[in-house]
Amino acid sequence: MSAETQLQTAAAVAPPAPEKKNPILTLLMVPAVGSLFVWMIVPLVMTIIFSFIRYNLLKPEEKGFAGFENYSYLAGDESFFPAIINTIVLMGSVLIITVVLGILLAILFDREFFGKNIATLFVIAPFFVMPTVSVLIWKNMIMDPVNGLIAAGMKALGLAPIDWFGNYPMLSIILIVSWEWLPFAFLILFTSLKSLDQEQKEAAAIDGAGPFQSFFYIVLPHLQRAIGVVVMMETIFLLSLFAEIFISTKGGPGSATTNLAFLIYSLGLGQFDIGVASAGGILAVILANIVATFMVRLMAQNLKGGR
Amino acid sequence: MMKRFAFPLLAILFTGSSVLAQQQTVTIATVNNPDMIELKKLSTKFEADNPSIKLNWVVLEENTLRQKVTTDAATGGGQLDLFFIGLYEAPIFGKLGLLKPIENLPAEYDVDDVFKSIRDGLSYNGKLYALPFNGESSMLMYRKDLFDEKGFKVPEQATYDDIKKWADALTDKSKGVYGITLRGKPGWGENMAYIDTLLNTYGATWFDMKWQPTIESPEWKEALTFYIDLMKKDGPPGASGNGFNENLALFASGKAAMWIDATSGAGPLFDKKESQVSDKVAFATAPIAKTPNGAHWLWSWALAIPIKAKNADAALKFAEWATSKEYIKLAAADVGWPRIPPGTRKSTYDNQEYLAAAPFAAVTLKAMQTADPNNPCIKPVPYTGVQFVGIPEFQAIGTTVGQNIAGALTGATTLDAALKSSQTAAERAVKKGGYLK
Repeated sequence: MSAETQLQTAAAVAPPAPEKKNPILTLLMVPAVGSLFVWMIVPLVMTIIFSFIRYNLLKPEEKGFAGFENYSYLAGDESFFPAIINTIVLMGSVLIITVVLGILLAILFDREFFGKNIATLFVIAPFFVMPTVSVLIWKNMIMDPVNGLIAAGMKALGLAPIDWFGNYPMLSIILIVSWEWLPFAFLILFTSLKSLDQEQKEAAAIDGAGPFQSFFYIVLPHLQRAIGVVVMMETIFLLSLFAEIFISTKGGPGSATTNLAFLIYSLGLGQFDIGVASAGGILAVILANIVATFMVRLMAQNLKGGR
Repeated sequence: MMKRFAFPLLAILFTGSSVLAQQQTVTIATVNNPDMIELKKLSTKFEADNPSIKLNWVVLEENTLRQKVTTDAATGGGQLDLFFIGLYEAPIFGKLGLLKPIENLPAEYDVDDVFKSIRDGLSYNGKLYALPFNGESSMLMYRKDLFDEKGFKVPEQATYDDIKKWADALTDKSKGVYGITLRGKPGWGENMAYIDTLLNTYGATWFDMKWQPTIESPEWKEALTFYIDLMKKDGPPGASGNGFNENLALFASGKAAMWIDATSGAGPLFDKKESQVSDKVAFATAPIAKTPNGAHWLWSWALAIPIKAKNADAALKFAEWATSKEYIKLAAADVGWPRIPPGTRKSTYDNQEYLAAAPFAAVTLKAMQTADPNNPCIKPVPYTGVQFVGIPEFQAIGTTVGQNIAGALTGATTLDAALKSSQTAAERAVKKGGYLK
């Protein structure tokens, strides 16, 4: 029961308070909420202002109101629409892979087996490796078509090695990012799974439910809230994925792996044009809000449904 | 109670603050290249000789360094007292008045000993804005043993036709030996640095005198068709992910017969501890196609002081020490002559010990003296810079074009599509920047 309550709070659903709100309580909350609001609003307003003026660090003579110039410069770029598509593809693929594999791994670990502690450590470890380090190791030591481990294995089998980053750049990045985020999904789903009442499962087994039925009708609904948490948190981080792309492909080849964050970097920050970069930031905020609205609708349905 | 502690407390505060007042901290931002890491290691000697100066090092990767330095200099943040910048930024920053001009250098520093091409590259309007720490050009590095086997002789000035002939003959994919490896990783300072030299020598330009981009010209197409065909036939797989470091590793582990890249690659290749081909590598001038103009690049990492630096005098003192003849001797004693920061002073190349220990010195010297950023192309152009265009917008243009070329290299796009897309991107950038009316 307590785990469920925790998950509810984590999903930011305010518990209904039938009694009258004490005004003193509200007043006491003002400093905390107020400073949070200021932390949020000041950078946002500054970014909005910067996006409407001409501001280039290296060209101080460029000043003044720019109207929608920065936005049209960014949105008019050839790679803009592909970048949005890439962002959504990257985010969606990683979400699907990490959630599905996370559930499977959680079920696998839901029993005792020899070496479970070490195995758990290995499953969780990738999350603690810095993204730059993971990308470099994957790119240069595992996926490299000349020197990599995979290439060595394929050559031993007599196959020609795959040029991962040359021919399948997006897939390579998706694989690396999924590897990095799988431990996170696994942890949350595993914890949620542990809170499932064993007696329910036993009762279902006695009633003749097979493993698949037990999975789809008992385990999965129970995990819905945890999946919701995983999806929301990963979405927040994956929308602004940058390090992996910057280190490995620099958005290439062409614009195959340019996502919105990288586009903002290469068009704005890459030439120190704060105006364009801010416009990009605002566009990213809009995209994030659209995605978040969908997510919240989906989650709210699931969360309210259980009650 | 408080009164008893008042006097000793004040005494400590006074002595403490006087020590602090005498000691100046110089915050120095550097790129994480081997030469600079060595400088950081040897800088303890400078601190020992100058006890009132303390160095606070900020070591960053090149792109991050560029961002941090530009932001600090342009916003006048004053967080840095000294930083490393390249031949690209120095004139831009100098023009914007972000750097302290370097004047009144002591006679024993011998500023005329520094190569003129580098001094000019680091100046704006006749004023020097940075002191060069190392300098490089580009050259051809090749496997003497493989060339001897086939009876190939490298002339004084090779051409790209020679390169194609040799690469075709030396590629043996079954043995894992590739005829040539070249940069393919996107980036204005990565693949575009090399490709710019190829474009220049094929007679191509970035912009005409009116700042109209000339990317869809026949010269660009010819040069890039050569590059892509050569890499497809004789280059290693995964070329679009190979930058300087990856190619260095490929050549050092014996997988490539030729490599055209920075002269600073020679040092690590020659080092027995880091390279499997240290006794088999030879060096020659970078090849040309239609014109020698711009066939090899000029680059230097130099120390500059921002206008708003808090401890400018101490910073200048360290910069002079780090770029002096004495430092070069100090580095030679520590890491050996082949690994000293190369390419800055004529006196280094007059030193017999250096020439004996580093067979690449002669080629490097010739390359440094003939690279001319003021005349990068055979046609007149409105910009300077061999492997870059000396305008702030170039970083974005260069990276976008670099991405497109990498796309053409992997076959993700056709060359024509890549050129068209690059032309559009460059046009938008120079229109926005106000160069193209």
